Amino acid sequence: MSINPEQLRYSKEHEWLTAPEDGASTVGITSHAADALGDVVFVQLPEVGSTVTAGESCGELESTKSVSELYAPVSGEVTEVNQDVVDDPSLVNSAPFEGGWLFKVKVSEEGADLLTAAEYDAFTAA
Amino acid sequence: MSEPSNQPLSAPPAASPRRTALDAVHRALGATMTDFAGWDMPLRYGSERDEHQAVRTRAGLFDLSHMGEITVTGPQAGQALDHALVGHLSALAVGKARYTMVCAPDGGILDDLIVYRLAEQRYLIVANASNAQTVLDTVAVRAAEFDAQVTDDRDAYALLAVQGPAAPGILKALTDADLDGLRYYAGLPGTVAGVSALIARTGYTGEDGFELFVAPADAEPLWQALLAAGADAGLVPCGLSCRDTLRLEAGMPLYGHELTAQVTPFDAGLGRVVKFDKSGDFVGREALTAAAARAADIPPRKLVGLVAEGRRVPRAGYTVTDASGAVIGEVTSGAPSPTLGVPIAMAYLDAAHAAPGTEGVAVDIRGSREPYRVVALPFYQRER
Repeated sequence: MSINPEQLRYSKEHEWLTAPEDGASTVGITSHAADALGDVVFVQLPEVGSTVTAGESCGELESTKSVSELYAPVSGEVTEVNQDVVDDPSLVNSAPFEGGWLFKVKVSEEGADLLTAAEYDAFTAA
Repeated sequence: MSEPSNQPLSAPPAASPRRTALDAVHRALGATMTDFAGWDMPLRYGSERDEHQAVRTRAGLFDLSHMGEITVTGPQAGQALDHALVGHLSALAVGKARYTMVCAPDGGILDDLIVYRLAEQRYLIVANASNAQTVLDTVAVRAAEFDAQVTDDRDAYALLAVQGPAAPGILKALTDADLDGLRYYAGLPGTVAGVSALIARTGYTGEDGFELFVAPADAEPLWQALLAAGADAGLVPCGLSCRDTLRLEAGMPLYGHELTAQVTPFDAGLGRVVKFDKSGDFVGREALTAAAARAADIPPRKLVGLVAEGRRVPRAGYTVTDASGAVIGEVTSGAPSPTLGVPIAMAYLDAAHAAPGTEGVAVDIRGSREPYRVVALPFYQRER
């Protein structure tokens, strides 16, 4: 059974995205990505009010062994960032699909190739 | 999210990585594996920070079977090593160990080593996995003119380490060997959980602990016996990721980072390992004599510690600048320190900026100047 929630969509850069609620979609990284990173110790998120562009870097995540760029899965205006995860980056590891969400974005344009949960399962199994 | 852009532990991928005798154990434990110097090794089993804290406060169990063992035997084994290495190994007492180095004729460090004297005419060299072949070849050539035999024993040993304040208690339950009489940097043959082992009081974590050299066939039963004996004391399996943060906090150099063929032991602040007063010539003597004088008169750069004011993590190769933005050095290792709670790094800094407390020092972290404090190494020292 997949650990990737059915109702989400996924980027090939291992971000997940909700359907819009009150006009904004929530973005995080998948548990597959969090496991690959190891313990996340620092997250840098885009600023509220800034515009992110699908496929482009909008932040970074630092773990013990590496730093990885965070890519926007969609284009749009950032409406909210998760201050809890800034204060306690380990939420990315302990609850990547829940308390470890990263930011909310008012989607103006979707990325080219967002995946369904089943497609992301297959992508990460490859 | 991109693939990690900086993985100091990774080596160039080999055609097919080698697996240790404990490979099946690691997989059964769900370890995240990584290629390290051509070996498929456990990077972590769960949270590397939890593993790190376990070693600092209780105990951790490591598979270090990638390390390269080389045996040197014969009537002139000691003299051969005196010639091949920078240390004075013929003066080493049986049952003791030394941290030493093998240098190129120009004084550059080829590897750092631990050498155990197991008997009057028998030494065991433990080399880094990435350099084991070089060390083997180099020592073999340098020993050729002596009455000594150099043997590749990389496949003869598995190596398990039990590190942390609870390590002595855990090991005592499994052996009759005199652990209280076994001092730091000493080793003795014994039996642990029914398995023949070289029991060494050495490590790379900054904690008390032991390294156990055993036959590969004995590795799995010993691993399981140690885990069972240590369960109540909080012993957990630990991967290479926490080994790296443990040694960094302890200010211990890692070959390929603080130590390279481009630096001499004196450049690395480890000139004490070079023993000029031993008899006979040794490879690198002339260059190292000059390096010692240079380091005393006009030290080019010094290896220091850096502690972050902020939360962004310095990585190997990042530039260090002064208050004016001028480059004053380079980071060799960096990581978030679980013990200090902030990012730390080791760096080579120009001597003028290397004093602890130097103001205005910053690390260029992907274009942003992040303030760092210069401190003396190590970052962490255990209470004795």
